Amino acid sequence: MTDPLPLLEPGVPVAQARRKRARWLKLLLADRRASISLVVLVVLVGAAVFAPYVSPAQPDAMAFDMLTPPSWAHPFGTDDLGRDLLSRVIFGARISIFVGIVTVVSSMLIGVLMGLLAGYYGGWLDTVIMRYIDLQWAFPNFIIAVYLVAVFGAGLSNVIIAVSLAFLDDFARIARGMVLTVRERDYVEAARALGASDLRLMLRHILPNSLAPLIVQATVSVSYAILAEAGLSFLGLGVKASTPTWGLILSDGRSFISRAWWLGIFPGVAIMVTVLAINFFGDFLRDVFDVREAAVEEGA
Amino acid sequence: MTSYLLKRVLGAIVVMWAVATLVFFMLRAVPGDPLQAMLFDIGDPHAADVLRHKYGLDRPVYVQYALWMWNVAHGDLGASIYGSRVPVTQIIAEAFPRTMALALFAFVIAMAIAVPAGIVSAVRKNTPLDHGFTFLAFLGLSMPDFWLGIVLIIVFAVKLHWLPAIGFAPLSQGFGPWVEHLILPATAIGTAFSAILARMIRSSMLEVMKADFITVARSKGLVETRVVLKHAFRNALIPVITVVGIAFALLMAGAVVVENVFAIKGLGRVLIQGILNRDYPVVQGAILVVSAIFVFMNLVVDVLYTFIDPRIRLR
Repeated sequence: MTDPLPLLEPGVPVAQARRKRARWLKLLLADRRASISLVVLVVLVGAAVFAPYVSPAQPDAMAFDMLTPPSWAHPFGTDDLGRDLLSRVIFGARISIFVGIVTVVSSMLIGVLMGLLAGYYGGWLDTVIMRYIDLQWAFPNFIIAVYLVAVFGAGLSNVIIAVSLAFLDDFARIARGMVLTVRERDYVEAARALGASDLRLMLRHILPNSLAPLIVQATVSVSYAILAEAGLSFLGLGVKASTPTWGLILSDGRSFISRAWWLGIFPGVAIMVTVLAINFFGDFLRDVFDVREAAVEEGA
Repeated sequence: MTSYLLKRVLGAIVVMWAVATLVFFMLRAVPGDPLQAMLFDIGDPHAADVLRHKYGLDRPVYVQYALWMWNVAHGDLGASIYGSRVPVTQIIAEAFPRTMALALFAFVIAMAIAVPAGIVSAVRKNTPLDHGFTFLAFLGLSMPDFWLGIVLIIVFAVKLHWLPAIGFAPLSQGFGPWVEHLILPATAIGTAFSAILARMIRSSMLEVMKADFITVARSKGLVETRVVLKHAFRNALIPVITVVGIAFALLMAGAVVVENVFAIKGLGRVLIQGILNRDYPVVQGAILVVSAIFVFMNLVVDVLYTFIDPRIRLR
């Protein structure tokens, strides 16, 4: 609206967009690992969303067949209270995947905002923000999350806040770095010369050109966030009581693994398959967007 | 060189001060009185006042802050609010060697897996063997370390009875029991790191194998094994050293969770038990010590690196 020259919009013509989409699909189908991962992820998310319809039993329905090994009636066996483990794992997908996505989205929003502000304005704002980011950078994300839960206390919402805050340094760094490289480009200069506001420059011209590495980082972060939530719940710092999450199911089952190995195996397999699929798909995105491998080194 | 070192040490001290300050203010900014946790079973309203006075909690916050900093600087981290009020420094002094032993053992295991895997993947680049190792690396990164711990317990302790399921044996009880108790938890922690390390060694090896001195070594007629191990691998290790700091951070983060699987009373278990019991002095102390280890390791890696790559000193 404030932009006097709509011709300079960094948009993509329609035909080119269609061609781009076709290229994407072709790359995806050519990469067997990535396409299998995508199918797995769709199935997992579908199972989570439609959990009440696809799971064989209610996750907290108790029965007298306690600690029974896997069978046709209970493919994953039952736990110490006679609850069907498969149903609990399916319902567990809801919270685990939900937390993974929500934390990364909020973490990305805050982190990108911090990075944009720091990189765009520079000066004391940059110094203050980056000092904090550097401080957080010195510690592994999971440790930061544990520290924050120590402060806020356990519980679902606190875990979401803690994990979101723990991951924001990754996004802030990427966003700031991208701003610094993109800021001096000619088209940004041109838009500035035409009188575009700071906000418009940041959101319309700089951010869209920094999206690729952010998307790749976000994908990787979802897998780390799922691992972090599982770890926190396993330690008793996460979601409480009857709501099954994969970490909590493992924590509950831990005392029985000498008699009921399935309690220690299946919830973990669910975590591993989910995280593996996300990692493979993230690897594919990294190739497509041609983002240099940096995220893998940071660890969880 | 000296000025660079001085700058880095000062930086580390500033970070530790910032962490101590954040810990102090954040634990106090949270709604809820730490004393309530202590007084659950007493229920006497006067007791709260007495205790508040005893711990100086009735004083202004800046006085409390100054006192806390003074005590921390003198190595006094307070006492646990539970039971016989054991000093926090004593709890940590007992836990510290266990976590260190675990982290070191995990590092050794990770190297033992990663070095051969990384070299083989580089030498046999794009063969099924390389693809296999790549898949295993992804698998290692995708397994929660605490779950791998549970699986190892089920297989090697419950089913096979080869190794003890939980606990820790100090070195004073002999080398055998010490190792037996460490193998499973250290493997659980070290696996994810071995995956990262193997990928790094692979790409670093591929880079080095392109260098001229490798061509020279080959044209001298050296055996390929010698070229790979003696000439390529040694040089490929240089960039890998930079990840030792990250390595240690990862291993410590792993130890925090995995100690709780194997009931090893290390720093991680002290920290988590402190959080669950709302034992604030223990939580504060554990956070400070764990943070200090990270800051110290980062410092060591930075300093090490200046010896390897002198250009850094000039910055």
